[in-house]
Amino acid sequence: MSEVHIVGAGIHPFGRHDDKSGLDQGVIAVREALADAGIEWKDIQFAFGGSSAAGNADAMLPRLGLTGVQFINVANGCATGGSALLSGYWAIKSGEFDLGVVLGFDKHPRGAFNPEPEAWGLPKWYGETGMMLTTQFFAMKIQRYMGLYGITPMTLARVAEKAFENGAKAPHSWRKQPVDAETILNSQMVSDPLTKFMFCSPAEGGAALILASGKKMRELGLAGPRIRGAAVRTRVNGSFEVFSPSLDVQRGPSPTEIASKAAYEMAGVSPQDIDVAQIQDTESGAEIMHMAENGLCKDGEQEKLIADGATRLGGKLPINTDGGCLACGEPIGASGLRQIYENVQQLRGRAHGRQVEKPRTAYSQVYGAPGLSAAAILGT
Amino acid sequence: MPDPIAPNLLDPSGQYLVGGRHKRSGRFVFPFPSGPEAAEFDKLPLAAEGTLWSFTVQRFRPKSPPYSGADDERSFRPFALGYVELPGQIIVETRIETDDPSHLKIGMKMKLDTVPFARAAGDAPLTYAFRPAA
Repeated sequence: MSEVHIVGAGIHPFGRHDDKSGLDQGVIAVREALADAGIEWKDIQFAFGGSSAAGNADAMLPRLGLTGVQFINVANGCATGGSALLSGYWAIKSGEFDLGVVLGFDKHPRGAFNPEPEAWGLPKWYGETGMMLTTQFFAMKIQRYMGLYGITPMTLARVAEKAFENGAKAPHSWRKQPVDAETILNSQMVSDPLTKFMFCSPAEGGAALILASGKKMRELGLAGPRIRGAAVRTRVNGSFEVFSPSLDVQRGPSPTEIASKAAYEMAGVSPQDIDVAQIQDTESGAEIMHMAENGLCKDGEQEKLIADGATRLGGKLPINTDGGCLACGEPIGASGLRQIYENVQQLRGRAHGRQVEKPRTAYSQVYGAPGLSAAAILGT
Repeated sequence: MPDPIAPNLLDPSGQYLVGGRHKRSGRFVFPFPSGPEAAEFDKLPLAAEGTLWSFTVQRFRPKSPPYSGADDERSFRPFALGYVELPGQIIVETRIETDDPSHLKIGMKMKLDTVPFARAAGDAPLTYAFRPAA
């Protein structure tokens, strides 16, 4: 089996770009990744790419060059980016290929997503009566968690405050303006206990990574972080997921817990080894709960950790160093790859203005509807 | 009494939600499956009382589709919703009838009710909701 490295990374800034299509942003990210690695499109042996709302990813082929490359479109909900990465990882690890690209881009309309119940295998009445909103799920998950583990609304606000603080330092982020915790707490209530500033918005953007086998990387005279473990897992009976008209009384693990465990095992590292982490923060509560689901702390410890600044830049475990989804928005196809992009920049010491001190192991996790999670661990 | 918003949602008396119990594993499901899996489940009325498991308030009008309420952006009134645990059976998602969502608390007793749901199409079929049990 081949070792898999990331030898190039490109991103189109996240946010709102009225002058560019989603596809444009994907193409720009791929070109930047190729230039970063110093290779050309014709060198690429495979591509896995995805977009949820901005068309077919392989529509970029005529623009990059019709080289006959195998291009697979990936569609896996909010975990599309994480799934593209995993596919590329397998392609090289298996020994079948040794140089390829994984990419994602998107461009969503403003406001909450409006899914059709039938497309999710759900009855029409569920959507008709106003119960099929991702925002409600996130609110109800953190509401219960706060009750069980004593997390306070101020901690929700602090997570968002940190996100905007970090976002202001990342060139590719959308939100550049710091917002203080009081303002966040007192902003318009969207779905109790979550306020407007505690939610991310769908937005636009693109991200691309060049993957190479260890052998190919050395041949090309390149360097880059190694993918030590990557896993995607879906929901099991007893997990609490978005778009669930009912839940089992007998509670079970979340897909994030299962994917996380698998990734740690593959990588041969433990949560204590993680120096920097990018975890799904669709809203403030998600980051708090995902800290525990990814093994980065125990349930309930977040209240003190966050108050002490442990997850801020300079803290003992910096989380979402580019501001995460809260500051970057969540263009579905690109979001998971933005996390990897940020970890690659951190591990290469290129995260200017937000650099964590000499990180060696970086963790990322993306969660999506209807209940799947992708985790990846990179090492220097 | 108006017709239910979907078949197999409420039992004929209108007093209970219809659930399914897997014939082999005993696992409860709601709503009752509509596809070929239906044959694997026994149909049964679910408990009409339970405890509040979690909740939130929907403060903006959901996008249409899929939302089909007769209200518009201006007339929309926030509504509470949540999950109610029916002991030993299943936890169901539900709209919550309450005048004051600030009184909702995890663990409080809840009771099933049926309510008309006014649709943009002009009709008002019956759906279900839970309300705090006094």
